[in-house]
Amino acid sequence: MVSKETVIHIAKLARLKFSENETEKFQGEFSSILDYVENLKVVDVSGVEPTSHSMALENIEREDYLISYSKDKLSKKLLDLAPETKNGYLKVKSVF
Amino acid sequence: MELTQFTIKQAHQGLVKKDFSALEFTEAFLDKLKQEDKKIHAFLTVTEDLAISQAKRIDNLIAQKKDIPILAGIPCVVKDNILIEGIKCTSASKILENYIASYDATCIKKLKEQGVVFLGKTNLDEFAMGSSCENSAFGPTRNPYDLTRVPGGSSGGSAAAVAANFSVFGLGSDTGGSIRQPCSFCGVVGLKPTYGAVSRYGLIAFASSLDQIGPITKTVEDARIVFDAIKGQDEMDSTSVEMPKIENYKLKIENLRIGVPKEYFTKGMDSEVEKAVKRAIEIYKKMGTKILEISLPHAEYALPCYYIIAPSEASANLARYDGIKYGKTTNDRQQVTGDLIDYYLKVRGEGFGPEVKRRIMLGTYALSAGYYEAYYKKAQKVRTLIQRDFKKAFNKVDIILAPTSPSLPFKLGEKIDDPLSMYLTDIYTVSINLAGIPAISIPCAESNNLPIGIQLIANAFEEDKIFEAALAFEKS
Repeated sequence: MVSKETVIHIAKLARLKFSENETEKFQGEFSSILDYVENLKVVDVSGVEPTSHSMALENIEREDYLISYSKDKLSKKLLDLAPETKNGYLKVKSVF
Repeated sequence: MELTQFTIKQAHQGLVKKDFSALEFTEAFLDKLKQEDKKIHAFLTVTEDLAISQAKRIDNLIAQKKDIPILAGIPCVVKDNILIEGIKCTSASKILENYIASYDATCIKKLKEQGVVFLGKTNLDEFAMGSSCENSAFGPTRNPYDLTRVPGGSSGGSAAAVAANFSVFGLGSDTGGSIRQPCSFCGVVGLKPTYGAVSRYGLIAFASSLDQIGPITKTVEDARIVFDAIKGQDEMDSTSVEMPKIENYKLKIENLRIGVPKEYFTKGMDSEVEKAVKRAIEIYKKMGTKILEISLPHAEYALPCYYIIAPSEASANLARYDGIKYGKTTNDRQQVTGDLIDYYLKVRGEGFGPEVKRRIMLGTYALSAGYYEAYYKKAQKVRTLIQRDFKKAFNKVDIILAPTSPSLPFKLGEKIDDPLSMYLTDIYTVSINLAGIPAISIPCAESNNLPIGIQLIANAFEEDKIFEAALAFEKS
């Protein structure tokens, strides 16, 4: 069983807040899912390389060019999506 | 035959011969979905104005006696995790409730160039995480065959819309079965292409090494037409690749070797599904196809492997939803006390639903210090073994035949409180994404008026083989 402290710690790393009830419910669900994925423990993977991508990929390159966006509608379009802006910047809470 | 039942070719011929206009054709679908979608809830947004203007444009081309592409004037629905410029795109999440897409996904751009008519955006499990469409923040979709049952997921909205004749075809995305399983549950055709065959640019990322966009259609021929229209390398997606060209691919069905994995017939499969798969095998045998038993020794590890890799990638991909750059945040933004981290915790805690939180947590855990080797790295190694199993199998056979889902469409609410039992419905689909290979789900049988689908799986870039084998089955 995953401890409550672990759930709270992981939640903080993941930037998620849970209520007390949620944390408890989650603790149970999380444990049963982890038990299930533990099934992988028995697989012998000695000498096996990990696969991060199913296809052998080659880098694709394109020219790196600058698009002037200051007067472009795009910057307004992007800023319009943000909940709070000021003078053409995204507004955030203070970091500390 | 009703207009709304037409296949792409039938509709194209009707438009060219002027049996009906593109506007009349589009309106037939809009009328139908407006009346009937109340009970199914396949749509999150209906883009009526866009659809009508697109249809009128095609009518103008026809009036000017211009040749029109096969998909011109054909209505399509789009899963709400694929961007259409200027249209709301929520991924069925509260955190993106007000997000308006600022650009077209590459597949949308390609379909627009063909003159496709977009009817709307369809429901899904939030961020494509789920197998029943019940994880949508905006309420579940219902199965057109039986309104008490789920349409499958996560592309349940698109699959239900196509099954209910609200559209000629749809687009979905498939990370672990999200196109194929709902297509099986709704009795329609769905293709998960080879990884990289279709650009993911403009698809809201879930697990980037597994996600693929694909068609949801009424026939195999339609799936092929749509796939041909959306595939191809794209400079906006560095993982996209050009399909090797095979001119006039024709397959002699009697030369085909079909493999059936023995590991899939052990436990957990509904007897009705097993019957349907065995029936499909008999049908292929009658056509002269060779049926061979094959082995995928690591089959049972595909699901735990997937449920480490997919959440790990998801936890990284979903870090971008911080309530600052886009989408709705919290109503009482001003009232959040404390600093930036308190704001993140609140916005993300409120904005994500339970399943998304579960996966972010699972991924964060698997990637965190001390667990990375035991979980993530281990899963990546098992992924290599799963891939090798398929490679070996395809030395012996051309196609692998398997069930799509172990069960018939289940009841709403039946599995939603037990995440693990929901995950188990993906048992036959996730390995295909881990291996990066293509698979189609096609309707195979019905049991008590509920559809059952089978999967045809091929080696990477062998979609043509899949289409030919599926066409032969459809004709039989």
